[in-house]
Amino acid sequence: MTRRYVMEFERPLAELETKLEELRRLDLAQNPELVHEVDELTAEIERLRESTYGTLSAWEKVQVSRHPDRPKTQDYIETLCTDVIELHGDRAFGDDEAIVAALATIGGVRTVVLGHRKGKDTRENIKRNFGMVHPEGFRKAIRAMHLAERFGLPIVTFIDTPGAYPGIEAEERGQAWAIAEALSVLSGVQVPVVCVGIGEGGSGGALAIGFGDRLIMLENSYYSVISPEACASILHKDAGKAAEMAGCLALTAEDLVELGIVDEVVPEPLGGAHRDPGAVMSAVRERVLGALGALAAAEPAAIAERRYERLRRIGVIAGDVG
Amino acid sequence: MSISDWFKARESRRYTALDGDALARAEVPDGVWTKCSACKKIVYDGQLVENVRVCPHCGHHFAMCAAERVDLLADPGTFAEFDSRVSSADPLGFTGAKPYVESLDAAREQCAMPEAVVCGRAEIASHPVVLGVMDFRFIGASMGSAVGEKITRAFETAIAERRAVVLVTSSGGARMQEGMLSLMQMAKTAAAARRLAEERLPYVSVLANPTMGGVTASFAVLADVIFAEPGALVGFAGPRVIEQTIKQHLPKGFQSAEYLLDHGMVDDVVPRGQLTARVGLVLDYLAGGERR
Ligand SMILES: [Zn+2]
Repeated sequence: MTRRYVMEFERPLAELETKLEELRRLDLAQNPELVHEVDELTAEIERLRESTYGTLSAWEKVQVSRHPDRPKTQDYIETLCTDVIELHGDRAFGDDEAIVAALATIGGVRTVVLGHRKGKDTRENIKRNFGMVHPEGFRKAIRAMHLAERFGLPIVTFIDTPGAYPGIEAEERGQAWAIAEALSVLSGVQVPVVCVGIGEGGSGGALAIGFGDRLIMLENSYYSVISPEACASILHKDAGKAAEMAGCLALTAEDLVELGIVDEVVPEPLGGAHRDPGAVMSAVRERVLGALGALAAAEPAAIAERRYERLRRIGVIAGDVG
Repeated sequence: MSISDWFKARESRRYTALDGDALARAEVPDGVWTKCSACKKIVYDGQLVENVRVCPHCGHHFAMCAAERVDLLADPGTFAEFDSRVSSADPLGFTGAKPYVESLDAAREQCAMPEAVVCGRAEIASHPVVLGVMDFRFIGASMGSAVGEKITRAFETAIAERRAVVLVTSSGGARMQEGMLSLMQMAKTAAAARRLAEERLPYVSVLANPTMGGVTASFAVLADVIFAEPGALVGFAGPRVIEQTIKQHLPKGFQSAEYLLDHGMVDDVVPRGQLTARVGLVLDYLAGGERR
């Protein structure tokens, strides 16, 4: 039996599932009375699965978005893309593995792919800094954006980061400057930009490659101005209020459709994308190709103009007299 | 209170005006004093006002409110505010330790202004500009929809009227009480700044203490020339967040204006007393860009 990662809210369900596995390992032919018990337990698990995963709270979705087995940027690239040529380095300081830039073909469409890159295990995560980007990572992304524009390649991004890395060297090398420049360049590139929120959308580090002409989000991914934990410690001086703050921040895909920020939500299998990565990835492929197709005909200048108008509409204000 | 009301009030309070002529008029009741937070020495408010809120003993730069900023930078009598009524709504119905609407009400009352940034047309060294100044007292001058909208309109107005843009920033970052609507203002303002640059219109930013998070990481550092005030804290992540992440103490002077200058992030650190002249001179140099 492989031990799987259990999220806090699915613990009761996990316990029943373990029990069922144990029962199934017994020889049922020798213990006919257990057959009935297995059936009952199976039915009970089905009911509990429905009530556990049927409607997830914002905080539960945040936990799903951080699930270690959740498909990562590199999974999408491996599954969706062919003829991949990774582009390393910012040409100034180094190569930040927390962000990937690549020439990649999706369903016959040649693109530039950008994505935050978390690791699959601890060793990888240390190398990739848990998907937390340094300035050189953003600068690599900027380089790839310019490349895309110069050669008329649409940009596809995968958003999955807890945020830009808060460290001494990151500040020293101009974290804010790198993010600002990425925002500026991305806002103006005259090629289509399609973004997919696949996991965590942590603040400015996510935004640097996280807006464009179409924003697609997986059902259980989140996108937020601040992590629920940080929000709780600032406003309540108590990180334990993170669940409550997650509910206040309007950070789920569904909330963000309502705020006019997200265009499409990709449904996930019950329990999260890690339960059936293949299905999720083929749904994402379809949505991305649909978006690229819809944007393909537009004139380069018109694309950037429409993107500006799109950004221009975001926000709710009072007291305006025009 | 609009900023024009502030100017009237200033007259009646005989507050400060910082051109040489008005300095003589500045009168502050005797004996009102402040203890400098840097050198701990007593500074009389009259002295402080005369000295553009810089400690005469140690050079520490005290915070300035939006109106004082305008007064410092704009040629006398040239400032005309626009979008003065644009202010924050509460789109998420946000309640943290206290409801967002209460924080807004308290800030409006305390600062006598509707939002954390004031923007208007002005002249600096006779150059037509759009001048925007942020006031840290107003919920840490954090950027929500209203601040983002006003900054964006500042760039758009400048483009429409062929003006330069001068912004004095001071902010704790994005306003978390408006969630993603706040985060998206970073992209919106950055996009507007880019448009100004494409028009070859000059943009000078002055980073005042403190400028952090989503404001630094968007429009604040996209200027053609970036000045910072002495001692100003400027960066992306806050010092406490960094300390908690790396589990060590930060070096002295980390994220100060001087540190940024050392690391190539700002064009210069400019003492407040020289700021207006320096900004004016930059505008003299850059004003010809659009005629090329
Ligand atoms: Zn002092």
